[in-house]
Formats: sequence, structure tokens, C-alpha cells
Amino acid sequence: MSYSFRFDPVELPPAAKELRKEVRAFLREEIEAGTFSPYGGKGSFSREFSRKVGAKGWIGMTWPKKYGGHERSHLERYVVIEEMLAARAPTRAHSTADRQSGPVILRYGQEEIKQKILPQIARGELCFCIGLSEPNSGSDVFASSTRATKTDGGWLVNGRKIWTSNAHQSDYMIALLRTSPPTKENRRHGLTQFLVDMKTPGITTRPIINLTGSHDFNEVVFDDAFIPDSHLIGEVDMAWKQATDELAYERSGPDRWIETFSCLVELVRQAGEEPGERLAEGIGREVAHLATLRRMSLSVAGMLQAGKTPMVEAAVVKDLGTNFEQALPDKVRLLAPPVGDSLPDTNDDRFEQALRYATLIAPKLTIQGGTREVLRGIIARGLGLR
Amino acid sequence: MNDSTDNIIVDTATRIFQDLCEPNTVNEAEKGIWPKALWAALEASGLPLTWVPEELGGAGATFGDGFAVLRVAGRFASPVPLAETLIAGWLLTRAGIPVPNGPLTIAPIHADGRITLGPDGTLTGRARRVPFARNAGHIAVLAQRGGEPAAALVAAADLEISQATSLAGEPRDDVSFDGVTPETVQSVSVDQSQLVAFGAAVRAQQIAGALEKILDQSVQYALDRVQFGRPIAKFQAVQHNLAILAGEVAAASAAADAAADACAMPEIAMSEIAIAKVRCGEAAGTGAAIAHQVHGAMGFTYEHSLHHATRRLWSWREEFGNEAVWAAQLGRMVAERGADGLWPFITAGS
Repeated sequence: MSYSFRFDPVELPPAAKELRKEVRAFLREEIEAGTFSPYGGKGSFSREFSRKVGAKGWIGMTWPKKYGGHERSHLERYVVIEEMLAARAPTRAHSTADRQSGPVILRYGQEEIKQKILPQIARGELCFCIGLSEPNSGSDVFASSTRATKTDGGWLVNGRKIWTSNAHQSDYMIALLRTSPPTKENRRHGLTQFLVDMKTPGITTRPIINLTGSHDFNEVVFDDAFIPDSHLIGEVDMAWKQATDELAYERSGPDRWIETFSCLVELVRQAGEEPGERLAEGIGREVAHLATLRRMSLSVAGMLQAGKTPMVEAAVVKDLGTNFEQALPDKVRLLAPPVGDSLPDTNDDRFEQALRYATLIAPKLTIQGGTREVLRGIIARGLGLR
Repeated sequence: MNDSTDNIIVDTATRIFQDLCEPNTVNEAEKGIWPKALWAALEASGLPLTWVPEELGGAGATFGDGFAVLRVAGRFASPVPLAETLIAGWLLTRAGIPVPNGPLTIAPIHADGRITLGPDGTLTGRARRVPFARNAGHIAVLAQRGGEPAAALVAAADLEISQATSLAGEPRDDVSFDGVTPETVQSVSVDQSQLVAFGAAVRAQQIAGALEKILDQSVQYALDRVQFGRPIAKFQAVQHNLAILAGEVAAASAAADAAADACAMPEIAMSEIAIAKVRCGEAAGTGAAIAHQVHGAMGFTYEHSLHHATRRLWSWREEFGNEAVWAAQLGRMVAERGADGLWPFITAGS
């Protein structure tokens, strides 16, 4: 019996390599036009940029054409995503919808909704948020208590979601809501996914400022908010069966190891062409981790392309990836040549900015989208330990 | 997550090791008893000459097959120079030299190792820590002839060998080549750094195999061992350690496979080798520590076979360049390309 998880190497098809060139050229133009800066500063949310990406055909890439998709492979999609992230392009206005919400609607949504919503997502016109966490339901997702009660023609929602990223800028939320109490046999029973129009009367979004001083997450309060029947996604009370493949998409992507990449880039800039032994070794170690993570992440994209649902493999990538990106700024900090020893032409500001950003966001990396502890529990289950 | 593969060569290797490479075989080998039956079976199957084309006396299989066999050999802690014979076969083949039967090894194995071949046709120089030199019939030497690399096939019987042992109790002997005339010499387009890189790719693969083994052993032990009234696998602290181990095994495996692919290219991509040896070396350290922690005192005994894999992990991570050596080399490659070249560098392979 072998307990090892396999991450077979993936060779990108020629089409994906061509696509990489196209994406790089597009990003270069956008940077030159001043749409965004690869060194940060302008923020990561831009509806204008998202519409341009949509026009390029780079949102909903794997979806059927009849819903506005482009029927391209997961590997091609992977290339687009990693290029955007490596360049720090402002993708937040469309990334959640592209990665998670769209695929869920595509798989479980009602036909009318698919036809209406998916093409808009693919055009880069819709921003989505994910209504999972609640004040008393964080890692324990199935403890959700925000209630959807059946009423004429739809459902009435009451309760609160919290830590909802981007809710204040979103057009829609995919919410996990309680429609029945859990059963004795299955405590995951009784939750249902809904598409929620954020403009619905009875929904109030309040900002929660994070430690970087930014407004990313929110509290979303539902007070008799009405959701029409057509917005029901999948089976009533059976969301626990639907949530799993969503997470495989969510957990293995480049965004799970690349968030603090810029501080490594800037360290290399600081190091110059001929770094000393210690600095060279330090850079090499981090690059070895990064390159390996990327291979594994690409391998998961290959599994998705092959029609698999690599839940555990995705958790492995996310656990390794988020630990790497979290530890990176601390490694970089100690490797950076001390001030006064830097070369006259190096740009200290960029380095400082990148390191500062990475240090401040580091704590969230092993929490968002499934904590380190949850992930390790999933991996342990994959090993047959629980 | 199962034992059978669709690769007949891998299945053959697995069967041979299952039958003839038991924990006792490994212990006996450490005492100096050559595992004759194991080597004979391997040789009869043609596995040691996987990378040698048929016209030079080998099996003519692919690089991928050879590396897959090394993974299996790593799993079983096989105490024979299968890896070294494979590398020697590769080197001799690159020089067009027919490959003899019997166990082989290579020298020198260090980046700064230097053996020279003089105008009189004799060799000069010592090679340190040559794996299994005392067991080898021949040694494939990468020598310098007038500043150009040449492969030399040397009969081991002619050599002065001083015995030394690795952390894993395997032979790592110092060998003097002074005044020895090789059986065959041919110039070869492999330099010392490429030989070391190839060796590093091989060790990375063996490390990945040994890591797979200790993951299996650790998971099984955690499921079997009862403390506080339940299997220790039920404790979250143990589960999380095993999850970390599984991650390290997966990362090492992916990195080692990338290095193996790089070796199949016309020009070995040094960056992939560097990435693999760094990542596998780190995983070896982290992984072995967790495996021992899970096994408790039992795993620290000589009687338990855990040390067959863990001691080899500690030994293999040092050979053909350790993490620090390869990381520095990788760091210099990155620095040469500059900050804006980092991302293209990372994505260059695929």
C-alpha cells in the first residue's frame, strides 16, 4: 500500500505557450498605458481592467461557448491566471467569479440563470463574493445558521455573513444558507446554495478594516431579503455534496503560492548580478520551493483537465503553497543586504514596499479559503487517518 | 495510491526487491555481506543497464524507465550499486564504450574532483567517497586528458581502495588511480559538472523513493500503534505531522521527476537539477524527522527498518552537492537573469 499523492508532470500544449506570449504582451501594454503597476500602488480591483480581460476571452475560459465561455483547456486557463498574478494585475473584480462562482453556477445553477449570468461573468462585467463564514461559523462551515425560509415564489433570508471579501464591490454573492436543521445522522445536512443579488432590499454591507488599513472584508446583514426560486443553486439541503469540487478549483491555483512573490523579485533586484554566497543560497532555496510548487499546481490543473476532482492534492498544494508564501517575507528580510551596503542604482523603495506588503498580509495567507489546520485535516483524511 | 503500475520495468524491479531485498538483506549488507542473489536477479533482468543501448550491451530503455526503477530502489533501500551502475552505463554510453557486466560505479563524484590521464596512458589522482567502489567490478572514470574530458573504464581489481562508510552504512571508499592504465578510453562530451548534476538527479529520485517508504511506514505505524486507548493516528497532532510529511513527499517527488525529465533532454537543464536537489534534500531532513517522531523509541532501534530509509536520506542529501551548494548555484543563475527575468525563468520549463 502506498500513501503518497501523485503529481504527474504536465507538459503545456503549444497553444498554451502561445497564449502565454499573448498574455505577457497584453500585460506589458497595460502597464505601459498606466492601467496598473507591477509594483503595486493602484490597488487590485479594476472593473475597467476586468472588462478588457473579458474582451480578450480570458474569463470563463473553460466554460461552454453557449454560456459565453471559450471551451479552452484548464491548462490554458492556468497560464492566464499565473501570468496575471505574477504581474500583479488587478484581477479582483473578476477572479472570484471566474474561479469559483461561475463553475458552481455552471454545474448546479438553473438554466435561466446560467444563460443570464455566465455570459456577463465571461465579459468581465460581474463581481462575485462568497458568503460562507458567519460569526459562529468559520472553519466549521457546516455550522452556518443564516436562514433561508420558504415563502411565495422564493426565500426570505435572515442572519449575518462575515469576513466576506469584496462584498462591498460585488454584484452577486453565492451564499450558503440554512434551509433545514441538521439531522442526527448528518450534521452537514440542511444547507443550500443560493445566488444572491447584492442590490436586494434588506441586505446591508458594513466594512471591516483589516490590519493593513485596507477595506477588503465585510459584514453582510440579511433582514428579510428576498431570493427568487430561480436563484436556488442545486438541491435544497444538499449543499454539502456540492461544495467539494468547488474547493478543488479554489485551493490549488497560483494564487495560493504567489501572493508574496514580489518581495522575492525585489530581493533579486537588490542582490544584483553577482550576489555573495549567502544571498545566492538564500535566493536559490526560495526559488527551488517556488518552482516546485508551481509544478505541483500545474499538475493539479492537469488533473482538472483530465476530469478528476483532486480534492486532497489541491489541499496539499495549498498547505505547502501558503506556508511558503507566508514564510517568504521573513526569509527575504533576513537576506536583504543591510542599508548602506546596497548598490547605488537599486530601488530601495520598491523593495521596502514589497517586503512591507508581504509582511503585513502574511498572517491571512494560511487562514483564508480554508485554514492550515483544516487543510491538514483533509490531507490526514486522504491518508486514511480519520 | 496502489502498488501496480502500467510500467513493466517498474513492476519487474518491484517484484525483485520484494522478493530479495528484505530488511535483513539490508542489515547483512551493512555488515559487509554482499547480497548476491539480489544483484544476480537485477542483472538477469537487465535493470542495471537500463540506460545502455543494445549495441553497447544494454537494455536500451528510456531515461524515464531508469529513473522510475531508481525510485523503487530508493523505496527498498537496496544495498547494491544499482544507481551507480546506471550512472556508469550512461557515462560510458556517452563515450561509446561497451559496458561490462557486473556492478559498476563512477568517479570522481565531487564537483572539484580531478583525475587526469597522462600522455603515457596512465591515470593520476584520488577520488573521495566513491560509492560501492569495493563491490564494483569496474569504475567508469571521468578523466581529464589534455584539458578535455575523457571516459575511462578501469578494472577495480587494479585499484588501491581505502574503505569508508556512509551514514547509511554503505561503502563510500577512497580510491587511488595513480599509475593505473584503463581498459578503454574515449573522449566524451560530459564535463565534471554535468556528471555531478546527473548524479544529483539520480540521488533526488532515490530520496523521493525513500520518502515514499517512510510515509507508508509512518502512516501504517500510526494506525497500528495504540496509546491512551486509541491508535495514535486519531490524535490531531500526529495527523498534522503526517500531513506535513505527505506534503514533503509529494514535493520531493514532483521535483525529482522534473529533474529526471531534464536529464532526458539533449542538454541537461541545470536549473531543474538544482531545484530538485534542494527541494529533495530539504524534504529528506524534514521528512525523516517526522517519521522518527511518529515511530517513537521503536523507530530509533536498529531492529526496526525505519533507519534503512532515514539514514539513506541523510546520506543521499549530501552527495552530488547538498542543498546549500545547489541553492547557491541556483541563486546565481537567477541573479544573472535579473529580477525581471525571475518569472520567465520559473516558467521556462513549461
